[in-house]
Amino acid sequence: MIWNSWNDFFLMGGYGLYVWGAVLGSVSVIGGELLALRWRRKGALTMLSAIKSASGKMTAEDER
Amino acid sequence: MNRLKKEESVSTAIHSPAVVLHSRKRVQWFAYASPQNFYSLAGKMIPWFATVATMLSALGLYIGFFVAPVDSQQGDAYRIIFLHVPAAWLSMFIYLVMAGWAAAGLILNTRLSSLMARALAPTGALFTLLALWTGALWGRPTWGTWWVWDARLTSELLLFFLYAGFMTLQSDTEESRRADKAGAVLALVGVINVPVIYFSVQWWNTLHQGASVSLRSAPTMATTMLMGMLVTALGLWAYSIAVALTRVRCIILERERHAQWTAGLAS
Repeated sequence: MIWNSWNDFFLMGGYGLYVWGAVLGSVSVIGGELLALRWRRKGALTMLSAIKSASGKMTAEDER
Repeated sequence: MNRLKKEESVSTAIHSPAVVLHSRKRVQWFAYASPQNFYSLAGKMIPWFATVATMLSALGLYIGFFVAPVDSQQGDAYRIIFLHVPAAWLSMFIYLVMAGWAAAGLILNTRLSSLMARALAPTGALFTLLALWTGALWGRPTWGTWWVWDARLTSELLLFFLYAGFMTLQSDTEESRRADKAGAVLALVGVINVPVIYFSVQWWNTLHQGASVSLRSAPTMATTMLMGMLVTALGLWAYSIAVALTRVRCIILERERHAQWTAGLAS
């Protein structure tokens, strides 16, 4: 193990702000992208069910 | 072999709803140009790439933060390299792949190719932003500045604007095929920027350091540091494939919302 303690790990030799700022940015970007994708997929599937129920309604009315 | 028969079978393969892809002894690759077939293929591929991405990224970052030694000149600030370099490599690589798909869509007039280019753009743009962000955080303690208008940084920023321009052109929902073609032209014109970014540190006098890793000579950095960088880069490559495939499936659902085959997928 190259670190003497967890404290040393978080301090990053005095450069903690920069290193963890970079890590935080990366986590935000990747996490944000994954979240946005989840929303997009959910939105697409919701839209499809809306279209399906809309066209379903029409055929039921036509048959009457 | 009867040539007419072969063309018929390819055309049927693309247009028939549920294609038997392995009917002859060879895989009908052209069948995957159909959004419906590609949708299911992509769905099967995503979990594999996601798993590889998680494992390799975790391993690479473990090497970078727990195995690689401290740098003699920069101290622990250098560890940003394990995020910065993979992000920068991917920002350039994704652009080339995106431009390739855009070119395919333009030349072969295959819609799915253009959709693939669209799916790649946001991921590429985010990696470009990440390269710039991590670079600024690395530059401040080591160069004394967050930013400098040297050739490498400026051309990477330009890469971001190219991605943004491409995505803006694609946002036209009325004339979507024309948007595909316009975007493709921008993407292709912008390809020249990628070698500029890559060679900028050789061609111009830049604050950004020169290449420590090259295809022709031995790397000038410690092996553990190099391994951390490469493994993380491979992990992020797998990630970008998984994400692009997920996004293209969303795009396909949106584009094909009135088609028969999507109705079965509704939640």
